[in-house]
Amino acid sequence: MKNRSKKTRGILYFLIAVILVYIILAFINFNLFLSSLKFFCNLIIQIVPILILVFILMVIANYFITPKFITKHFKEPGIKKWIFIIIGGILSTGPIFMWYPLLAELKEKGIGYGYLATFLYNRAIKIPLLPIAIFYFGLKYVVVLTIVMIFISIIQGIIINRILPLER
Amino acid sequence: MIIDKLKKSAIKSFKSLYKMLPLILGVLLLVSLIPVLIPKSFYLRFFQKNPILDSVTGSIIGSISAGSPITSYILGGEFLKDGVSLTAVTAFIVAWVTVGIIQLPAESLILGKKFAIIRNATSFLFAIIVALITVFLLNVM
Repeated sequence: MKNRSKKTRGILYFLIAVILVYIILAFINFNLFLSSLKFFCNLIIQIVPILILVFILMVIANYFITPKFITKHFKEPGIKKWIFIIIGGILSTGPIFMWYPLLAELKEKGIGYGYLATFLYNRAIKIPLLPIAIFYFGLKYVVVLTIVMIFISIIQGIIINRILPLER
Repeated sequence: MIIDKLKKSAIKSFKSLYKMLPLILGVLLLVSLIPVLIPKSFYLRFFQKNPILDSVTGSIIGSISAGSPITSYILGGEFLKDGVSLTAVTAFIVAWVTVGIIQLPAESLILGKKFAIIRNATSFLFAIIVALITVFLLNVM
């Protein structure tokens, strides 16, 4: 309980600190302040649909991912678990921080840190953005990079699972 | 029964998201400052046309940057046109999407400081390794 209120306070201090930076910027350079604010408004417009998607996925996760489900599908380390985490990471959209609440819940439900790291790493592979990447770097490059990144994400997951075992 | 369970899940999810709202707003405000304060010319002067050193530089710049991956593809494409090595550009775009220095405070608060530091540090190193392996494989193929 104490930790939770400390966390809430930390989040509020963080927001206040960022707002203070904006206020200082407005005094130093008002044009830069306006440009940042415009960028922020555009981001908000882009992010609202992603937030809705995140909410839906959180509801699905809360509905299906029960401790029973975890015991059934995630307790035994195996290739299926890695495939699930990798596909989940690739299919997730939007900025990383939008997924923190969901990941925090998964962690509470007993999913190891390494799997969370693998999920986050695979978020770098964005299927809707692949055409743009192919346009700039070519199909061969994008295919090789994607395969290497998936492989490395598993290595990172294994390393983090070893360094940071989940406290029970 | 199903509706009740679904309702409970929705309320729980809404509460979690609601609590995160100030954090999401703070990160968005911070992310909005970066492209305005750091122009493209700032990035370019750090590349020395040495693939190994440039991949480290690419990973550092990618790590401190934030925003949509599209921006990293566009910037990376421009760097490549300007003669920056493919290894450096790969490290740059991989670090851009896998390392989140800007989001580090948020990640620490939600998932734990130790996890956030280890994940970002390994992602930084892996951006260089991914770049070296990718370019090596492309040359071999």
